[in-house]
Amino acid sequence: MSIAWYLAVSAIVFSLGAIGVITRRNPLVVLLCLELMLNGANLALIAFARMWGNGDGQILAIIVMTVAACEVCIGLGMIVAIYRRHLPIDVDEMRELQG
Amino acid sequence: MSSVLFFLGAIGVITGAVGVVVLRNPFYSVLALVGHLISLAVLFLLLRAEFVAAVQVVVYAGAVMVLYVFVVAYVGDEGESIGERLRGPGPVGSGLRLGGAIVAGALAIELLIALLGTGLEAINGYGAGYSPGPRTYGTPAYIGQLLLTRFLIEFEIASFLLLIAAVGGVVLARRRGGLGEEDEREALTPLDLLRPLGTGTIAEGVGRRPDGVLRAQDSPLETGSRYPAP
Repeated sequence: MSIAWYLAVSAIVFSLGAIGVITRRNPLVVLLCLELMLNGANLALIAFARMWGNGDGQILAIIVMTVAACEVCIGLGMIVAIYRRHLPIDVDEMRELQG
Repeated sequence: MSSVLFFLGAIGVITGAVGVVVLRNPFYSVLALVGHLISLAVLFLLLRAEFVAAVQVVVYAGAVMVLYVFVVAYVGDEGESIGERLRGPGPVGSGLRLGGAIVAGALAIELLIALLGTGLEAINGYGAGYSPGPRTYGTPAYIGQLLLTRFLIEFEIASFLLLIAAVGGVVLARRRGGLGEEDEREALTPLDLLRPLGTGTIAEGVGRRPDGVLRAQDSPLETGSRYPAP
């Protein structure tokens, strides 16, 4: 398949993730949709790496995965902390982020 | 053969993504994301990114998703009730949802125009030449050599980022017993000077002293944990 097909899939996945981030209110699902957007970007990176035939895009994709793992760690820690304080788990109701 | 695999993988990727966005129960969303990640690994393999595909399946679909499943199981019932509330009728909610879908649809169209309507000839090609064998494109040896030579600084920055995130995750998710607790401890061991309260052993985490007595002021029922310790 030509590279263009992969890029189309990556654009679709990125946009689906954007829909999720905008419309869902459960922060867990918002995090999942952020993962979708990162995966769309990863697919584009790897497709371009294949296009040029060198590995820079793949390294960048691995770095993106690392950053995604960090984001998951912090995000899930925040969700657990919110839950322990008996606050509503809803991004619309979290207006103040004071400790 | 490769186009059949591509379409199978692409259908899996897009179906998984739609499932993540659409499904009401966060648990099913996580499972849809696992399917999405595994299908994405098929696409990575088709793009000759063997190592990245393996990392995707092992680290992402394996480890990170297990973390998600744990947190969904911990917070789960709350999420479901919120999902039901969102489902309810309301002009504001549906308007916001519609607006979000329109914004993201515009984003998709713009991305497709930018990516596919470009004048780059190579996008319509099949990529650079590829010869199988050791030390070639996409193998672990290739990635490792790049990571430790050309991208060494990025590699080190990523490792520091992981360290910071690990510390941050522990700080965020640790048990908060309040500020007055530290003064009420009668026996201060040298170990207590090295670490903050409540970050030590599991017995301490559930409010037991080393001799097994449950401290009244540390009872999990009063300090914010929703479930009492067994």
